[in-house]
Amino acid sequence: MSSFYSLLQKLKQSVTEISPDQAHEMIQDEPETALIDVRESGEWGDGHAAGAVHISRGFLELKIESAFPDKEQPIVLYCAGGTRSLFAADSLKKLGYRRVYSIATGYKGWKESGLPTMRPRMLSESERARYGRHLTIPEVGEEGQAKLIDAKVLMIGAGGLGCPAAFYLAAAGVGTLGIVDFDVVDESNLQRQILHTTERIGTSKVESAKKTLQGLNPLVNVVTYDTRISSANVEELFAGYDIIVDGTDNFPTRYLINDACVKLRKPNVHGSVFRFEGQVTVFHPGVGPCYRCLYPEPPPADLAPSCAEAGVLGVLPGVIGLLEAVETVKIILGRGETLVGRLLCYDALRTEFRELHLDRDPECSYCADGRTFPGFIDYEQFCRV
Amino acid sequence: MAKVRIPTPLRTYTQGSDEVVVAGATVGEVLTNLSQRYDGIGQRLFDKSGAVHRFINIFLNKSDIRREGGLAASVGDDDVISIFPAIAGGR
Repeated sequence: MSSFYSLLQKLKQSVTEISPDQAHEMIQDEPETALIDVRESGEWGDGHAAGAVHISRGFLELKIESAFPDKEQPIVLYCAGGTRSLFAADSLKKLGYRRVYSIATGYKGWKESGLPTMRPRMLSESERARYGRHLTIPEVGEEGQAKLIDAKVLMIGAGGLGCPAAFYLAAAGVGTLGIVDFDVVDESNLQRQILHTTERIGTSKVESAKKTLQGLNPLVNVVTYDTRISSANVEELFAGYDIIVDGTDNFPTRYLINDACVKLRKPNVHGSVFRFEGQVTVFHPGVGPCYRCLYPEPPPADLAPSCAEAGVLGVLPGVIGLLEAVETVKIILGRGETLVGRLLCYDALRTEFRELHLDRDPECSYCADGRTFPGFIDYEQFCRV
Repeated sequence: MAKVRIPTPLRTYTQGSDEVVVAGATVGEVLTNLSQRYDGIGQRLFDKSGAVHRFINIFLNKSDIRREGGLAASVGDDDVISIFPAIAGGR
């Protein structure tokens, strides 16, 4: 019977051991080389070689053939110090892999050689439980969920559009949700603004929204801004966020949001509703058109829908707000095709979705290439439609 | 004859109709005929020089008419012209 030591010596003869530098060179020369970290999850979580994939030693034989079906593919294994990866390499050779290598000094040697490392965001037990249905979707998975958790989204308005959008973004685990609104909850809001409650009539909308969102998902950091957006504070408000979700109800704010997003090059997820109709798109500066490419100036007060014409089917901002939430999640994940350059129009009476093409205006006064930012404009508030 | 989709804010001029069929060989002719048929809608669409207001977009099927030759874009029987005024509602 062989002892552990004699088995180890035998494996050292049959498995090709290489140094971290040799491994790194091999990956540079043959980019198809797979670098596999066979340590336990906790060790991986403390940091790993950049570009490595994690298959812990215990699951290696079970998972390797689906992850790397080509048995001619070069495979470099490493563990902490070079022992477990030696046993792992032996297993892979027995499974028919022909070009298997083990890093003799393991991750310790990799780090000491100054080679690139990464520290993955590990989901906690409660995150894993809560977002389980995301983790099983290939387009999200742990990596996507980590992106959602790291994302910072600013909602402008905790109203008809902002409520449903924020509700689902919080549920989805968007880690930081900023909400800007200066208003208080009014009884007439409750026909559609589903974050608020009857008991909270007369209280701050952002505080009401925060209560509901944190009740749904305490893991989300809800940051409230009980203020009105203006040219004086818009840049400061937007600075810490990746994506802006426009859920406002008036032209002056929509133009400020657009202009700040153009200046700061941030995606602006845009939705608007009127009675039974809604529109949604993504204005992504530098990638597609901006709001001013579509509408260079707001309409004058006498030609905009009058206050008397205001009104919306309560469910409608729900539909449009959730489309905004879906687009936001897609931008965060970097998956699918967003509504950049497309205006999606929903006609609830006809139950019809139509899509219109939007182009960048090469003469756009704000986003045209080479244009100097003309400054913010505080348009006069004339109506709330 | 082309169909013209009337947005909600302008339906007060079309007695509530969300779609009307209007004659005309170009987008400009169709919209002029529309304005003649429904009193008041013209000034919501055109400025004093006869150009479409910049806060209104006109689409011929899926495309903004600005890339189809503007009001001169020719219109066939199966075409749909959609009027899109800026709307700001969201609360």
